[in-house]
Amino acid sequence: MKLAGFLLLLSGWIVVLAAVALLVGGARAAFVLAGIAIEALGLGLAMQAHRVLGSERG
Amino acid sequence: MPSSGLLDTRALCIVLIILSPLSIAGLALLNTGLTRSRSAAHTITASLCVFAVAVISYTAVGFAFQGTAGGLQNVVVVAGKPWGWLATGTVFLRSVRFDASSSGLIALLQMVSIGLAGSIALGAGADRWRLSACAASTALLGAWTYPLFAHWIWAGGWLASLGGNYGIGAGFLDAGGSSCIQALGGLNALAIAWILGPRRGKYSQNGMPCALPGHNVVFAIFGCLLAMIGWVALNAASALLFYQFDGSRIALIAINTILTCAASSLMTALVTNARLGKPDSSLIANGWMGGLAAGSAACAFVSPFSAIVIGIVAGTLVPLAVEVFELKFRVDDPGGAISSHGVAGLWGILALGLFPNWISGAPHPGQLLAQAIGFATLVGFILPLTYALNWLLNLVLPQRVAREGEWQGMDLHELGGGAYPDFVTRGDDR
Repeated sequence: MKLAGFLLLLSGWIVVLAAVALLVGGARAAFVLAGIAIEALGLGLAMQAHRVLGSERG
Repeated sequence: MPSSGLLDTRALCIVLIILSPLSIAGLALLNTGLTRSRSAAHTITASLCVFAVAVISYTAVGFAFQGTAGGLQNVVVVAGKPWGWLATGTVFLRSVRFDASSSGLIALLQMVSIGLAGSIALGAGADRWRLSACAASTALLGAWTYPLFAHWIWAGGWLASLGGNYGIGAGFLDAGGSSCIQALGGLNALAIAWILGPRRGKYSQNGMPCALPGHNVVFAIFGCLLAMIGWVALNAASALLFYQFDGSRIALIAINTILTCAASSLMTALVTNARLGKPDSSLIANGWMGGLAAGSAACAFVSPFSAIVIGIVAGTLVPLAVEVFELKFRVDDPGGAISSHGVAGLWGILALGLFPNWISGAPHPGQLLAQAIGFATLVGFILPLTYALNWLLNLVLPQRVAREGEWQGMDLHELGGGAYPDFVTRGDDR
């Protein structure tokens, strides 16, 4: 789950980079927002994974 | 470098840079005050060591990767546009010209900046982060992570060029370092807190957090006041050197920096009073730092009224973020570094795009988008990068102190003596 979270973070960033390079105007802004939303999901997953790990430790 | 009437900008920069290490001194006092008494000497010693390692690693290789605007850099051409991603300098500042150009001053300023960025994680790792691991982790930050992002925003890298290449605002802007110093340092602190795990006794069997209060709130509050002086100098020097403002902008930068932290700390006092029944001193200190972190990016661009609004939002975000990280995500952050530098720094980045440019009077078309791209880069790339580097480091050099060290206290275990030898300090009997 932790790895999936970090992969989502990177995926979101790549979406943002692709939007900057390939799109213009409103579509660019929309895809940048979509990338940030993916990053938010990844961050949430990474947070949750560490929370579970912490519980398992003790 | 411009000269403006009575004020010689170069001399002014030198004075400001000399004052700026007070920000590190203030942060060191804050971190020390918010840790337990048995780790006080360790925390303040670690602050010195982290600064020393940061400046040496940055001088050795970091500045070669960061470079300066207009210098040689590695470029990747993407869809016909050049994306500068890394400078091609030489090690030990050999590419720096110590003449009338600003490159020597930039190197000097950045040595202070990296020292501050490295010190932030000490707040999150306090009471359990080994001294050797602090030093090794800071070396990675100073040699690679910080210079990489600093090149992107302050040395003609792809984020700074978003305006010229794609017409996105004026490119990513950050006058004082909300992104490169504060948010990056805060995200590094999050990675460290994840890798170290919570202190023993912080969470009960059913997952409820126990209060492990700092030992000296006077240190913490005095550190805040000291940090403000350093912050004003750091913000002003950065704005002068990276955005070529003249000395006449310093008054606005200083006013905005002070207003942001003042509004933020007051707001934190109100929020903690509403939620806990009384204002909380340590959270107010975090709110003050959060205001400084949030106001750094926009201090040279926005009106004093906007600076107050930025501070109010930061002062609301910081105590709530401390609560969410501690209660919901079980991230043990004794110094509140993740919230007051990471969360507030990220807010500061976006705030610059939300408020109009007060000096030109013109709105920033597309500026919020440019800031959002920088925000996404920090969260989506820098956080995984710094986590991966520290995770690999943890494999070869365990970062958390041994169990008996935690029981004994970091001072006795790692340094052989405490900060307060005349007083009996408590061992952890949990």
